Amino acid sequence: MATPQDISKPATTPEVAVRRKPVRASSAPPVPEIMKQGGLVPWLYLLPALVVMTFFIVYPMVNTIGLSFLNKNGTASAATTCREGQPCWGVFENYRYALTAEFNTSSPGAFWNSFWSSSYGNTIKWIIVMVFGTVSVGLGFAVLADRVQYEALAKAIIFMPMAISFVGAGVIWKFVYDYGTSQNQIGLLNAMITSLGGRPVAWLSTTPINTYMIVLVGIWIWSGFCMTILAAALKSVPDEILEAARVDGATEWTVFWRIMVPIILPTITVVVTTMVINVLKLFDLVYVMTGGNFQTDVIANRMYTEMYKNFNVGRGTAVAVVLVLAIIPFIYYNVRRFLEQEAMR
Amino acid sequence: MNKERINKLLNKLPTHLIIILTIIIWVVPTLGLLVTSLRPPEAVGSTGWWTVFAARSVGGPYATYCAECHGADGKAIPQADLSNPNLIAKYPRSLQLLALLRKDINGQPHMGDNPLPSPQEAADITNDLRGLSGTGASAGKFTFNNYIDALVGYRGRSTYTADCAAGTQPPDIKCNLSDILNPRGMGRAFINSLLVTLPATLLPILFAAFAGYAFAWLDFKGRFLLFALLVGLQVVPLQMTLVPISRFYAQVGLNGTFLGVWLFHTGFGMPYAIYLMRNFLGTLPRDLFESAYLDGASHWTAFRQLVIPLAMPAIASLGIFQFLWVWNDLLVSLVFLGGTTPVMTYQISNMVTSLGSGWQVLTAAAFLSMLLPMIVFFSLQRYFVRGMLAGAVKG
Repeated sequence: MATPQDISKPATTPEVAVRRKPVRASSAPPVPEIMKQGGLVPWLYLLPALVVMTFFIVYPMVNTIGLSFLNKNGTASAATTCREGQPCWGVFENYRYALTAEFNTSSPGAFWNSFWSSSYGNTIKWIIVMVFGTVSVGLGFAVLADRVQYEALAKAIIFMPMAISFVGAGVIWKFVYDYGTSQNQIGLLNAMITSLGGRPVAWLSTTPINTYMIVLVGIWIWSGFCMTILAAALKSVPDEILEAARVDGATEWTVFWRIMVPIILPTITVVVTTMVINVLKLFDLVYVMTGGNFQTDVIANRMYTEMYKNFNVGRGTAVAVVLVLAIIPFIYYNVRRFLEQEAMR
Repeated sequence: MNKERINKLLNKLPTHLIIILTIIIWVVPTLGLLVTSLRPPEAVGSTGWWTVFAARSVGGPYATYCAECHGADGKAIPQADLSNPNLIAKYPRSLQLLALLRKDINGQPHMGDNPLPSPQEAADITNDLRGLSGTGASAGKFTFNNYIDALVGYRGRSTYTADCAAGTQPPDIKCNLSDILNPRGMGRAFINSLLVTLPATLLPILFAAFAGYAFAWLDFKGRFLLFALLVGLQVVPLQMTLVPISRFYAQVGLNGTFLGVWLFHTGFGMPYAIYLMRNFLGTLPRDLFESAYLDGASHWTAFRQLVIPLAMPAIASLGIFQFLWVWNDLLVSLVFLGGTTPVMTYQISNMVTSLGSGWQVLTAAAFLSMLLPMIVFFSLQRYFVRGMLAGAVKG
């Protein structure tokens, strides 16, 4: 979470920034004596929120963990689903399935290949390519757009995909990637390739490029998000420092890498972690564009497949728990960052 | 002076080029969607959408291969009148056309001593033929029929208007205003999306305003700890909570109901909403509350008359965020509503995966679903950005 305090100084209104008062460290703002009216009142205000959160987030999380140790219908222990002569992890049987079922362990080479075409390998590809892509496009565009008169319009256009659904974006790009079997290519990408004399490609069913083609759609959607947050941070870099460096003969390249990037590094970290979390949870794009077929599956889509296509409660929840385990470091990071910010307030 | 300006412009040229190129990459796919949704079905399947911007070449392969015998208007041979739509309809693609051209006519090769057109040229000729017969892209470059078909959920081989005029409509189409409520159509889905989104946006805002006020201005035990917990909950993935909730809903009969979806979105939107509200309310001036309490105002009065009016910017940010989130959501509506009360994202994903309808209806449907978010986004972009900067993690 990027809070207004650290990265969006231009975005918060000036009077808000001025009126913020220094507060006791590592605690919420103190409440004046006069405002303390009764011990029950705060809980009345909290009640609706606490009830829905407990019921829709906390309770299901606990329940999901429990279900992941049970069988297909949640009626008996997962250990009962073990088969004679097959590897078995007892009550962790669903986790054995979630973690190893996609891998071919007959030889190291086969394992390596099956890993990179599994939902885990694909999720790693997603994280690396998508985070690198969105942050570099976002940062590059934020820096460049800052120098032209039509900055606002340019930024609005890059940001626009954030307003549309993954499903809509999936349709838009599926059409761009369309692969025609007849002479006429109505998909833009293949039409460009054939007009240059190349052969058309079935972008979404040719492994391994298909995963990267879907990642490109993700970059198209999320670059605007990264750009907006990074642009706000860039605006807070003092002009005097940049001017001083330029007067001293620093090139724009040096100014960017040696001054801008180090100053906004905390914000870049926030953007990167946010993007990693987003990628881990990403489901819609893969579901719409390939349905996880042709070796494009990711963890979030696999959970849906196990749960709502194969109707296996135990395995579906086990995949979900694996997903949460991958996210826990970021939950920790988020809370720690929050505590640091509160201490600074 | 002038030279200096030119120099300055040249220095900036690479910047402009990169920016404009990026903008083109961002805009063109969406433009393709919009153009395709407005083109007649025959044209969508046979030529790329970008050809609508190109001037139609009347000459081309048709002039080279066919005009000599059939004439420039295609009417030179009465037995094979190329301006007759029924005849042309038999040769929609290059494949059928080439098959015809390879056959003998009256014992002679169709093309005489001339070579056969290449497959690409044959494809161009089929387009020209459609133009001649008045059924192709040139008959009408643009049409709203795809939108009508998408709205009423028409899945036939022609168009809704044509079928209804001829009385050959599919059984689920009644050819009156009630078709807009056809469960397969985007019209019904639009209404469902609205019915899901509005309460699922208002409810979290209300609850978050209450809780945000408590976290910002009321004193209670465990306030800080509870809030830190909330920060952690923001990142919990949706997938982690779906299964128990859908099992519970199945037991109490909430599966497929709006109420179930409203409550789920409210619960899940809560951590981020409270976080945003509390951070905003915490920046309000303290003297304001102090003097209100000194004047004898209760918490309830302060909440209604101070917090709600002053929190409007935060409420706007939150509202847009939650609105777009719920409107664009697929997973929750897929699991809890499914096909019984389809929303727009569900309807489109269904059209994509079942491949039942052509690109023209799919693109029209997709554009319909983007219309409202686009309007909201472009008119209230400022608040959207502010909300995003205040708490980036959601969902």
